[in-house]
Amino acid sequence: MTESSAPTTGLPPTAVDPEVAEQEDRKWTPGKIILWAVIALVGGIAWAILAISRGETINAIWFVFAAVCTYLIAYRFYSKFIERKITRPDDTRATPAEYNNNGRDFMPTDRRVLFGHHFAAIAGAGPLVGPVLAAQMGYLPGTVWIIIGVVLAGAVQDYLVMFFSMRRGGRSLGQMAREELGIIGGTAALLATLMIMIIIVAILALVVVNALGESAWGVYSVALTIPIALFMGVYLRFLRPGRVMEVSVIGFALLMFAIISGRWVAESAWGAELFHLDRTTIAWAIIIYGFVAAVLPVWLLLAPRDYLSTFMKIGVIGLLAIAIVVVRPEITVPAISEFAGREDGPVVPGSLFPFLFVTIACGALSGFHALISSGTTPKLVEKERQTRFLGYGGMLMESFVAIMALVAAISIDRGVYFAMNSSGAVTGGTVEGAVQFVNSLGLMGVNLAPETLTDLAANVGEESVVSRTGGAPTLAVGIATIMNQWFGGPAMMGFWYHFAIMFEALFILTAVDAGTRVARFMLQDTIGNFIPRFKDTSWRPGAWLCTAIMVAGWGYILILGVTDPLGGINTFFPLFGIANQLLAAIALAVVMAIVAKRGTFKYLWVVVLPLAFAAVVTITASLYKIFSPVPAVGYWAQHNAFRQALEDGQTSFGTARSVEAMEAVVRNTFVQGTLSVVFMVLTIIVITMAVVATVKSYRTRGVPENEDPRVESRIYAPSGLISTPAEKALEAQWKALPPERQPVRGRH
Amino acid sequence: MAAQALRTLAASLTTAWRSTVWFLRGVLGADAYQHYLAHQARVHPGVEPMSERAFWKDRMDWQDRNPQGRCC
Repeated sequence: MTESSAPTTGLPPTAVDPEVAEQEDRKWTPGKIILWAVIALVGGIAWAILAISRGETINAIWFVFAAVCTYLIAYRFYSKFIERKITRPDDTRATPAEYNNNGRDFMPTDRRVLFGHHFAAIAGAGPLVGPVLAAQMGYLPGTVWIIIGVVLAGAVQDYLVMFFSMRRGGRSLGQMAREELGIIGGTAALLATLMIMIIIVAILALVVVNALGESAWGVYSVALTIPIALFMGVYLRFLRPGRVMEVSVIGFALLMFAIISGRWVAESAWGAELFHLDRTTIAWAIIIYGFVAAVLPVWLLLAPRDYLSTFMKIGVIGLLAIAIVVVRPEITVPAISEFAGREDGPVVPGSLFPFLFVTIACGALSGFHALISSGTTPKLVEKERQTRFLGYGGMLMESFVAIMALVAAISIDRGVYFAMNSSGAVTGGTVEGAVQFVNSLGLMGVNLAPETLTDLAANVGEESVVSRTGGAPTLAVGIATIMNQWFGGPAMMGFWYHFAIMFEALFILTAVDAGTRVARFMLQDTIGNFIPRFKDTSWRPGAWLCTAIMVAGWGYILILGVTDPLGGINTFFPLFGIANQLLAAIALAVVMAIVAKRGTFKYLWVVVLPLAFAAVVTITASLYKIFSPVPAVGYWAQHNAFRQALEDGQTSFGTARSVEAMEAVVRNTFVQGTLSVVFMVLTIIVITMAVVATVKSYRTRGVPENEDPRVESRIYAPSGLISTPAEKALEAQWKALPPERQPVRGRH
Repeated sequence: MAAQALRTLAASLTTAWRSTVWFLRGVLGADAYQHYLAHQARVHPGVEPMSERAFWKDRMDWQDRNPQGRCC
């Protein structure tokens, strides 16, 4: 009884004394000074080499140094500044994981495990695809945006959303938007989130379709992941429940077999016939798969696939980092390419501003993370101060993945890069067409020979590498190029290529069924406001109908993309970026309203800076897409040009060679243009509501906050990856308690 | 001396292996049942906890109703 009435009697403190922590932070020992001076120096040198080098080649290791040193400095100084001035965490306060602990979604989780968990949830194919496409502009614009963007925008968003969601019992972004921005802002945010989920799933699926089209090896290996996952699911459900590690290792071995045996299958006559599919067929297969996977029980397909995907994610990213450091490829791509200042880049059209910033979304600033940083991770955080490591640190890690993807993409020959990433509409899909097109671009130092393309295709075990757009095949070639220098030589290139395709496809298919499922629940919840029956998520007809609606939404856009006479990914990808940055603007707008409500006006710029940038980028990009008179850039310009051509009775126009193709362009650009308008209107509504809320807070300082009431914490854990001496001392005090007085926590 | 050094090396390798397994199990959620048992023992000490099979069944069914997002 005494225990419960006086919970903290006799227990050690639940937080390091703020004064001691402050002192530890501010005390500069000679060792510390030297360490940070070296980090700053190495980072500075690396940046100088990246920025100034106009020589023949540049070593990839400088990208790693520039990135890692900048991350370290930003984490140590800027995120600390945000912690001190804006979040002001209080470790004596219990987190929702502690006071709501239900042993399920609320559960104090070790910070290192949770970091891995959070990272696996936020990082997917996005940071692997965007940087590859942006490599068109040279390596420097992408590198600068990925590194500076994450420090000032992406990581700030993730950290602040996570912290404020944690203070609100782990509420979702949608719920916070309703609370902070009112009913109009909240509804606009909900609508935007739903549409963004549709767009993102559609574009990711398009990436997979492009990677697997006309590739028997790829289709076979990726298709085999479905029976592998089903087997794992049954194994875990009926044979040996709970043996997750065991089944993951078995699944991984089967996955490797799927990749290796893919070569034999693709080289056999029956295999080539069975698995050599055109892109439209694959698109339909993914649509059917998406529906089935989203209505099947989680244990059968989604959960085992998720285990595999997480396993691969951590393994491959670690492997790639080591390989880049070991191989240190020489980069011949110019810092700023010919296309940086032009609007007619063949990979993604549009000028550097704003299109670089929508092409690379994940890795620099990704609004989608706000959905994970609110709702999922905050319910598992053990101590308030850990959110800096989890939120800010987790996003830095994703940014590093984006940098590695960029390095992989620029380590391949530039001529090959453009041959792979220019749409079939301009290359004709043939080696000759691609060689002719790439050499006609007039790129400095590029003289593509047909043998280069045919040899590469043979090496990676593909029929052709021409116009394999979408980023995934290019990244796979880049990874194969780096990995085979480290391990296995050219004979292994085919394996590494398909290994890379496989792991991207795994991420994406997991995102497709998880995204469809989450979106279905959101839709059911929304419809449930009008027809209460829909709120019951176990009601089959409702679940099936809402799943079908969501799948129809992304499936429609996917089919449009696959059949697009203008190339598909290059016309649709900007929408993905715009949607993602729009969600970032919404998340930052919500955060701005919260920070203002807390009365922190002096440091509001920390939020306003990335918000203003995201808003300017999304709105400018949308304006270009709506109003640009250049057909390659403006959807409506393209739309009107093709409509006019049809009205004039022409039977072929531009890259569209038939009336049907021209009609397809007219329809696609209408959908794209309409989405651009909707996105822009939603952004403006949300930001306006956030500004109104902020001004209101300024006028009436001390508006009540929507935070959960304070509960006293009864557990202790250090905040960062490495414990400080004071943290270690406190940890030792807690460890010294007799077992019956130890607090019980999850995951220790 | 050599034997001593070898023993230290073996010990640190064991620790590294154990930490890796612990980390992976945590990230994948393979340790969920152990946490559930600990949680039950603390919150409902008198109640018989679910069997491992029943627990995983329940956990997966719960995930059916509470989908977790995956990012791009």
